[in-house]
Amino acid sequence: MPDVKKVLVRVRVNGEAREAEVEPRTLLVEFLREHLNLAGTHVGCDTSYCGACTVILNGRTVKSCTLFAPMADGGEITTVEGLSKDGKLHPIQEAFAECHGLQCGYCTPGLLLSTLQLLKKYSRPTDGQIRKGIAGNTCRCTGYQNIFKSIRMAAAEMEKR
Amino acid sequence: MYAAPFSYHRAASLQEAVKLLQELGEDARLIAGGQSLIPLMKMRMARPTALIDINFVSELGDIRTPKGELHIGALVRHADLEHSAAGATIPLLHDCAAGIADVQVRNQGTIGGSLAEADPSGDWGTALLALDTSVICFGPGGQRTVPLEDFIKDAYTTVLAHDEIVTALHVKLPLKGSGGAHLAFKRCAPVYPTASASVQVMIEDGNMCKDARIILGCVGLTAIRAKEAEAALRGKTLEEKNIRTAADAARAAADPQSDMRGSADYKRILVGTLVKRAIGIAARRARGESVEAGHEYAGR
Repeated sequence: MPDVKKVLVRVRVNGEAREAEVEPRTLLVEFLREHLNLAGTHVGCDTSYCGACTVILNGRTVKSCTLFAPMADGGEITTVEGLSKDGKLHPIQEAFAECHGLQCGYCTPGLLLSTLQLLKKYSRPTDGQIRKGIAGNTCRCTGYQNIFKSIRMAAAEMEKR
Repeated sequence: MYAAPFSYHRAASLQEAVKLLQELGEDARLIAGGQSLIPLMKMRMARPTALIDINFVSELGDIRTPKGELHIGALVRHADLEHSAAGATIPLLHDCAAGIADVQVRNQGTIGGSLAEADPSGDWGTALLALDTSVICFGPGGQRTVPLEDFIKDAYTTVLAHDEIVTALHVKLPLKGSGGAHLAFKRCAPVYPTASASVQVMIEDGNMCKDARIILGCVGLTAIRAKEAEAALRGKTLEEKNIRTAADAARAAADPQSDMRGSADYKRILVGTLVKRAIGIAARRARGESVEAGHEYAGR
């Protein structure tokens, strides 16, 4: 057995300083869910395919099932819990609710964050840009049509503000 | 899924990383982006007893352009290159960087890690062979420069010693009149391609091919340089007949294996088609045309 001394991981999650001592093999998604009690980020395929575990780390989306927690040490993380402000949904969340951009909702936390990253890059994305931007997020309910509608609506709404 | 237990060590410098590799022994591995290593560890196909994290070594993340060259730090993420000025200057690099897996993986995976992993289906080992690329390695004896064609020896095998680290890639900028393309076909965004082809051609007098480099990916234990396909173009006009001869030679040079991505026969046909298309796009780019190309997959 190797020496599995626990490692202190310090991050800022949704603007708040958080820390926990974890085994090095703890995945970032487990760190968030099990150690910080932020269960909004989902474990989907657990093989770096489906994107349900997508979070934003230092301004970029990553699959949190494919990162060991110590690698994120010192980082700034946004999870789905960080999207709403003062009890009010983020425009992306409102658009997904309005356009039925989800059915079972399992993939939604990841899709919301991929959308946020996409709209930071392109304020009015083309269909091609949307397709490429969410290619790492799998949804098995909606057939994606309503997700596209949601993203277009969110883009229009965020441009107004 | 949990990886087998390992101890975690963070290197603050290259020297420290080398020292840790020596101290921790053969079962220690470096980790950079982790986009290949972590899935392998979770499936317990890799069981390092120690990981040395080099993500905090600050000097490895730069892209520089000294005269006539492009220097890419080993920790440069695929997404960094996708959005870099270098990608705009060398379209083949942009094709490759923008098509690897999906946004999330491109944000995290590194070019140095991809080459050091030497996965036969990895894109960089194919794309960078179409250009003049050297791999800069750092070890206990200092730095050495290895031409990319000598760097990857076999599937998942490079010339790197256990205590050596890839620190950068040096790419010679293609000359005026030269153009390239990296094309790949994959089932969907997050997966490795079924086949890929990288082509760089030098054009003279509008349509005369002065020089060509043709590399095939995912159809052998390493990327394959299709020299007979290159010879079929060199000194010839880039008309359909000659391009078809080159694509046939590329098909013959491929050595694919049947697997979940397709049968050997299918991959052989596919790689020939990719070569044919890549030559056409490379030639148009060599003439100064702006052409969008890269990875094709369902829904794109």
